[in-house]
Amino acid sequence: MRAFANTVRKLFKTDLRFRFGLIVLGLLLIFVLLSFFSPYDPRSSYYAPISRPPSLKHIFGTNGRGQDLFWLLTFALKNSLVFGLEVALLSRVIAIIIGVIAGYRGGAIIDSILMLFCDTFVVLPIFPILVFLRLIARGMTFSTLAVVLALFGWPWDARLIRSQVLSLREQKYTLTAVFSGRSIFGLIFSEYLLHILPIILATTINNMLWSLGLEITLSILGLAPLDIPTMGTVTYWAIQQQAMVTGAWWWIFFPIIFIVLLFTSLYLLFTSITSFINPRLRSINAGEVSR
Amino acid sequence: MKNFVRFLSKYFITRLLISLLVIFIGVSIVFLIPRLVPGANPAEMAIRRLQMSGAYLPAESMEKMKQALLKLYGLEGSLLSQYITFWRELLKGNLGPSFASFPTPVITLISRSLPWTVGLLALTAILSWGVGTILGGIAGYKNRGVWVRVVEIVSNAVRPVPYYILALLLLILFAYVLHWFPTGGAYRIGLTPTLSWNFVKSVVKYGFLPALSLIIVGIGAWFLNMRNLVSNITGEYFVSFARQMGLKDSIILKSYVMRLAMPAQLTGLGLQLGFIFNGTIITEIVFNYPGLGTLIYTAIMQSDYNLVMGTTLFSIVAVALATLIVDLLLPFIDPRIQYVPS
Repeated sequence: MRAFANTVRKLFKTDLRFRFGLIVLGLLLIFVLLSFFSPYDPRSSYYAPISRPPSLKHIFGTNGRGQDLFWLLTFALKNSLVFGLEVALLSRVIAIIIGVIAGYRGGAIIDSILMLFCDTFVVLPIFPILVFLRLIARGMTFSTLAVVLALFGWPWDARLIRSQVLSLREQKYTLTAVFSGRSIFGLIFSEYLLHILPIILATTINNMLWSLGLEITLSILGLAPLDIPTMGTVTYWAIQQQAMVTGAWWWIFFPIIFIVLLFTSLYLLFTSITSFINPRLRSINAGEVSR
Repeated sequence: MKNFVRFLSKYFITRLLISLLVIFIGVSIVFLIPRLVPGANPAEMAIRRLQMSGAYLPAESMEKMKQALLKLYGLEGSLLSQYITFWRELLKGNLGPSFASFPTPVITLISRSLPWTVGLLALTAILSWGVGTILGGIAGYKNRGVWVRVVEIVSNAVRPVPYYILALLLLILFAYVLHWFPTGGAYRIGLTPTLSWNFVKSVVKYGFLPALSLIIVGIGAWFLNMRNLVSNITGEYFVSFARQMGLKDSIILKSYVMRLAMPAQLTGLGLQLGFIFNGTIITEIVFNYPGLGTLIYTAIMQSDYNLVMGTTLFSIVAVALATLIVDLLLPFIDPRIQYVPS
């Protein structure tokens, strides 16, 4: 734990990307915490005058449904972040299980079969499939959607974890541990997980970028529970109510600013951590082969 | 000859297997979705649609229609026999009729919008892959100069922003604020698609913005990828050796460094086709470009269940086949793949 804190401190001091990303993310988290002090319920509407530009009373203005955009965005950001974390954690479980099994049993038929599945899921065009699913199951909640996304979001990361475990398996201490009668599960959980932790952290952030992007895209298409404020649904309503035509720039400006800030800070943290893990490889990009 | 046979069995069969597996898993998911989601019987959805449009039908003919629809969608019999019927119809290229523009077959609608998608996708994918790879190669080898920094900063800035938001920003800036380009469509309304200069000019003008958004994202990604690969290779001994031999930089870069990074970059293209395809669909929706993406979007708006399903099935098959083609190009770039060690 202390090593972890030290690493964070060191990265914070030496890496500009890490510092910037962490500070912006921290500010966004404070913004999210504000939602607990919101004077308005996110589901109620018409408590404020309709579509007023930013003023002292309503800093980000109000939208076409008489909602204060500032407080609405605190809820939207919270819901989006929770959604991203749900997907990331669930798909992490799948990725770790598959990665560790494939890596530890490397060379066996199981490994080839699991990797074949990985390659298959990577190529699958999931966007049309998701659109189809959402059209059929209109009543689907964000939590269910998170489970579905998690079922698609593991293959790249499983591959990364597998390659890491493959190299760990060849280490001498693995042999020593196995010969001295250590159970494989104990070895994996107490030794290996510690080594693959940085990779898991980096892929968690990367996975959140992916799932949040899909959430926003599906929401803007009107394929999400539209009564729950998320970064995507807020943007959906702005576009739906013709913000660009009527000149209500603040409807679309503030959500997009927050989306860009959120994604940029997560991405900077991601690149900083990956270059810390593997300095030779400046950045492991979202979907590519550089191993 | 022996090598070739081994190559076929090792490389070709695996690649073919993956593509078939993509199609198999994708189609199975699409088959299962409406059968697993409660209350999503396609026949009932079709009837509900009809009722919503205001048509009144007596109960008898309603029942008759339901039977006909059940037959049409192969919803009779056990799950297994339904599955077999599903595959049989799919292999025949029969995706059923569209609900919204009944009785036009889905496959006709798809073939109408397909050229636009393929054109946009192929042009932008090849262009951004080529330019990104070359720029990334030079940047990774020399790693200095102002423009390298500029491309790097732009790539890194564009990279994390969700695709939809980037396209939206371009649309707002160039179409609504600056009025340089039209806000949507593929060519000026009123023109007939012929090979005249006017029509081509219009297609280029209308396609510019969607293509630009795809190219910006694409170049950025391939640039960063290639730069990483090349800067790793440049550190190897054989490159220093080539330098000490007095070879020209351009020759080292072209035939020593870039050549070695090519296979990984091409594999990346094969694996990314699914992502790129998703991106093209989203671009079309934002810019109202009349390809598969807009087809899906109008289908969503009209709750045209069958059209979305048909487009999804078609996308899965198309992406799997395109990936296979890229994979089969790989042995020509990387001769090592042909010589599998025994």
